[in-house]
Amino acid sequence: MGSNLIDALFVFMLAAFIGFEVIRHVSPLLHTPLMSLTNALDAIAVVGAIVLVGEKKSTFATVLGVIAIIAATSNVVGGFLITDRMLKMFKTTSRPTKAQVTKP
Amino acid sequence: MTPEFAGSQYVIEVIYLIASALFILSLKWMSSPATARHGILAGEIGMVLAIGGTLLRHGIIDWKWIIIALVLGTGIGIPLGMVQMTAVPQRTALSHAFGALCVTLVGTAEFYLRTPNVPKFMMSVLSMEVILGGLTFTGSLMAAGKLQEVLPQRPITYKGQNLVNLLLFSVAVASAVYLVLHPEAKQLFPLVVGISLIIGVLLVIPIGGADMPTVISLLNSYAGLSAAAMGFVLNSKLLIIAGALDGSSGFILSVIMSKAMNRSFTNVLFGAFGQVQASAAGGQEAKPVRSATPEEAAAILSAANKVVIVPGYGMAVAQAQHKVRELYDALTKKGVEVRFAIHPVAGRMPGHMNVLLAEADIPYDRLIEMDEINGDFPQTDVALIIGANDVTNPAARTDQSSPIFGMPILDVDKAHTVMVIKRGMSPGFAGIDNPLYYLDRTLMLFGDAKQFVGGIVRELGGGH
Repeated sequence: MGSNLIDALFVFMLAAFIGFEVIRHVSPLLHTPLMSLTNALDAIAVVGAIVLVGEKKSTFATVLGVIAIIAATSNVVGGFLITDRMLKMFKTTSRPTKAQVTKP
Repeated sequence: MTPEFAGSQYVIEVIYLIASALFILSLKWMSSPATARHGILAGEIGMVLAIGGTLLRHGIIDWKWIIIALVLGTGIGIPLGMVQMTAVPQRTALSHAFGALCVTLVGTAEFYLRTPNVPKFMMSVLSMEVILGGLTFTGSLMAAGKLQEVLPQRPITYKGQNLVNLLLFSVAVASAVYLVLHPEAKQLFPLVVGISLIIGVLLVIPIGGADMPTVISLLNSYAGLSAAAMGFVLNSKLLIIAGALDGSSGFILSVIMSKAMNRSFTNVLFGAFGQVQASAAGGQEAKPVRSATPEEAAAILSAANKVVIVPGYGMAVAQAQHKVRELYDALTKKGVEVRFAIHPVAGRMPGHMNVLLAEADIPYDRLIEMDEINGDFPQTDVALIIGANDVTNPAARTDQSSPIFGMPILDVDKAHTVMVIKRGMSPGFAGIDNPLYYLDRTLMLFGDAKQFVGGIVRELGGGH
């Protein structure tokens, strides 16, 4: 338990730093899709709920676990879906505008 | 432990390892629109691997309810993924609520399965999990309700609000500490969860629409941290990593949003959103403004070389983004350079305006951030403001007594001509008068954003 705990704290510390570095470089243009994507990834909590339901330890735990799986799965599916829809919309200028020529 | 058991255990851990790497790549690829869609694919593969790996776990003996729940969740997720772009802020808030609900329920179940044999460290993180999860759940539901306008959007404040919140929070923490020391005191657990749920409601009650970008980011961060705490409880490194990534993402967005509103960071971290509404200016003598018709506006716009459009929440409310696209097309065809100035807190969540304009097919290289475009306003012929108010208020630069003094704004008042599309002269969210409207170079275009922009587009087309 003790060494597990220390390992876990190290993992958390490193992941938080990676998160900061990676997300600092996300263009503000994409902040909305970023949030819906992290939301979908965060729904990985579903694995905890799956174990809870699968191990069938008590009816109470199973009921809570089923609701938890439903909530998290809807985040996974909805989150990836809407992020993809949003990103598809981001297009760059295909043809140069006349305005770029008339620049002073 | 049999050898096969150990073997499959390793396989699952390696699958989790790969999934974690894919999650990090997924976020890394979000750095640019060109690679962002690879990011989604990476995230999806990681998710499928992780869920698949979990189903292989030795302890799992019952699949029926897992499958039913996965199918039901998918059924709810699909419509939530297909909402209109204008509804994205409330959808996001709702999904924070769902994430937090999952974490809180699993935490609660784990407690009752383990009590009274809960080691001190585990009980501490478990308490953190349910406190953060609980308040994020109800807080996000409140935020979603306000954004969807099923709840009143006006901030609700009362005397001693912060004291009540602090008191409740202390009771929850004290009960949690007692549980850490005496995990057999089962009856305290519902108290911890219940108070956290109440705190979530109370934290979001005093928050008005314009503060939503900060609040949503903060709730995002809390949701991530609660998931990381759940990772500690279940000793799942995958969950710790995903939670830490989500937590730091929300944290960074909160910092960006609070800077853009000139709020101190501690102010945001503890959810104490100082209210700015109160001091609605007293001396409201009717100062003269100049107004113009769509024809006049169209004439000025087509004579311009450089136009900067400043969109705000009002554009989203009026659903005017497609008409704005037509305006962009009409002006571009006439050789006018049109760009869009995006304030970080324009709209109701980080990046809200970018998504709406991208939906209307406006190329993203025309969307310019505040710091980049502010230097260009003196060389701009027309700044056209559509449904934005406080983010253009020059009082933030000059008037020390203004509640928004010090907030970074778009320097639209430096453009040669300023046009403001607005329904009437009512002040914005913060209840602050905007001196911009009384400048000699400012023309007020009174009307609904969608109709007015449509009117300008018609004039531009007619003159061609």
